[in-house]
Amino acid sequence: MTEAIAPLAIRLERCGKTFPDGTRALDPLDLEIRAGETLVVLGPSGCGKTTALRLIAGLEAPDPGGRVLFDGVDVTAIPIERRRVGLVFQSYALFPNMDVRGNVAYGLRIGGLDKGERDARVDEMLAMMRIESLADRRIDQLSGGQRQRVALARALAVRPRALLLDEPLTALDAKLRDTLRVEIDALLRRLGITSIYVTHDQAEAMALGDRIVVMDHGKVAQIGAPREIYHAPASRFVADFIGTMNRLDGRVENGRFVTAAGAIPWPGAPSGVRQVLFRPESVRLADPASAQLAGTVAAAFFLGDRTRLFVDCGGQSLIAETAERREFARNAPVHLAIDGDALMTLKDSP
Amino acid sequence: MQRRGAAFWCLLGFTLCVCAFLIVPVGMSMLAGVTVNYQSGIESGFTLRWVMQVWDGYRDTIFRSIGIALACLVCTLVLGVPAAYALARAQSGFARAIEELLVMPVAIPGLATAMALIVTYNTLGHFRTSWTFILVGHVLFTLPFMVRSVLAVMGAIDLKTLEEGAASLGAGFMQRFFTVVLPNCRSGILAGALMVVTLSMGEFNMTWLLHTPLTKTLPVGLADAYASLRLEVGSAYTLVFFVMIVPLLIGIQLAARPLELGTKESRR
Repeated sequence: MTEAIAPLAIRLERCGKTFPDGTRALDPLDLEIRAGETLVVLGPSGCGKTTALRLIAGLEAPDPGGRVLFDGVDVTAIPIERRRVGLVFQSYALFPNMDVRGNVAYGLRIGGLDKGERDARVDEMLAMMRIESLADRRIDQLSGGQRQRVALARALAVRPRALLLDEPLTALDAKLRDTLRVEIDALLRRLGITSIYVTHDQAEAMALGDRIVVMDHGKVAQIGAPREIYHAPASRFVADFIGTMNRLDGRVENGRFVTAAGAIPWPGAPSGVRQVLFRPESVRLADPASAQLAGTVAAAFFLGDRTRLFVDCGGQSLIAETAERREFARNAPVHLAIDGDALMTLKDSP
Repeated sequence: MQRRGAAFWCLLGFTLCVCAFLIVPVGMSMLAGVTVNYQSGIESGFTLRWVMQVWDGYRDTIFRSIGIALACLVCTLVLGVPAAYALARAQSGFARAIEELLVMPVAIPGLATAMALIVTYNTLGHFRTSWTFILVGHVLFTLPFMVRSVLAVMGAIDLKTLEEGAASLGAGFMQRFFTVVLPNCRSGILAGALMVVTLSMGEFNMTWLLHTPLTKTLPVGLADAYASLRLEVGSAYTLVFFVMIVPLLIGIQLAARPLELGTKESRR
């Protein structure tokens, strides 16, 4: 975009949402979205993430007492059509009665921009999304990826103060999802627009978010940078929801975490820990001599670039990943090593 | 060319028989309308005398019928499209019940509806003797067809999300309704409109009770003509009816088309 818009800071204050049938979709939520950041709202379906987005957009009103503030101004009572937020939907929501150009121009026409300026802006948007050649196509002649590009162009054409994306890539196939994710990321960085991106896909969340809000059952489970969420989950739910997590029961003894299958050196281990968590990529296959844990292969899955092993360690199942090219037979003995730094504990652990 | 089996010829024969069964009487009737004496067959020669007689005697009923049908169309559009929209947007069980109840005027015999209207409004002399009395009956009868066909289309598209998209781009309610809702329901509105006009034009049951000698419609006049005049005159009436209604329906089809072009953003 040629002219910069001052990015918008958004704040939710005690925004809860109870539907008329009594369903509590969202517990009163306080959330700060910083000017220009990309905030990803991540969670399983029904966790309240879309409701939160709809509250910000103005498609839903919060329960009494909740307030939505744009740059400190209370917009709770302002309907969506006057909030100037761009919306991108999973189902694209393009207007089938208009061609691509008509869709992108729609908001500009509503806004009363004269034809010359409107055409110029539409061309700029089409070029930005690299869909100039589709300008005169009907919507039903477009593929899913093309539709989502049009939807982005349409939302950005009116120069919204913030961009809200509701699972924009969910309807696309895996390869396209990756390509478009990279594009969206580059676009959001370049525009510097405040964006809120709702998804249930943790890979998307990790890749796109400056910060991630993990939600569960209408509550915020954790807010933090992607690395923080991944490497220091605040709760069992976050640990299980993001990535794959191993858990191992045992006890701390002389700077080591002792389990039935062996012991892991752990300098500075907090006392009283009965369970540790670690990621599969922190587990290495080791020589029997330098191994910390011994186990047998319960199952092995060749994934192409790596092999995922399910290892039975003294009755506890661990997941390890290795780039080794050999085959792993069932019940074959394996030896594992884990860095003490990679061990995590949870406050709500037993 | 592929050899066609016995089944093909059987089916073709059957189809042609059915077509003939439906079309021949219409053709015969129209032919009768331009025959000098139908009793002695087409050897008696062709004439436009009967058509002219119908034109002179019943012209007013034809125009009245067209007028009522178009007024009925306007009423069902103004009432039916917003009603369908409201029903489509409402999720409640109450809305579903209303949807079911809407078919009642179709299920109840027209005579019964007409009786109810007469019993209720007999004392309003001017209304009772005016063509609008018939119009009310026709709107009652045809409204469900408009609502249903628009509702079917609205149910098939994700109207709610489309509207939310439009709203996020700054469109207020009226703008959304006219630029997004209506154009995308065009096919349903058109189907409903054709239904309403044809049903209103051909409505007899109800109109037969609702009309006065001064507010005869085309089908009522047709019944008159069959009952009291020569068969040829009645048939000529059918012919005139046919010639009037076909262009009208084609006209409605064409009138619905610019809607599509109007919303297309034209190129520079």
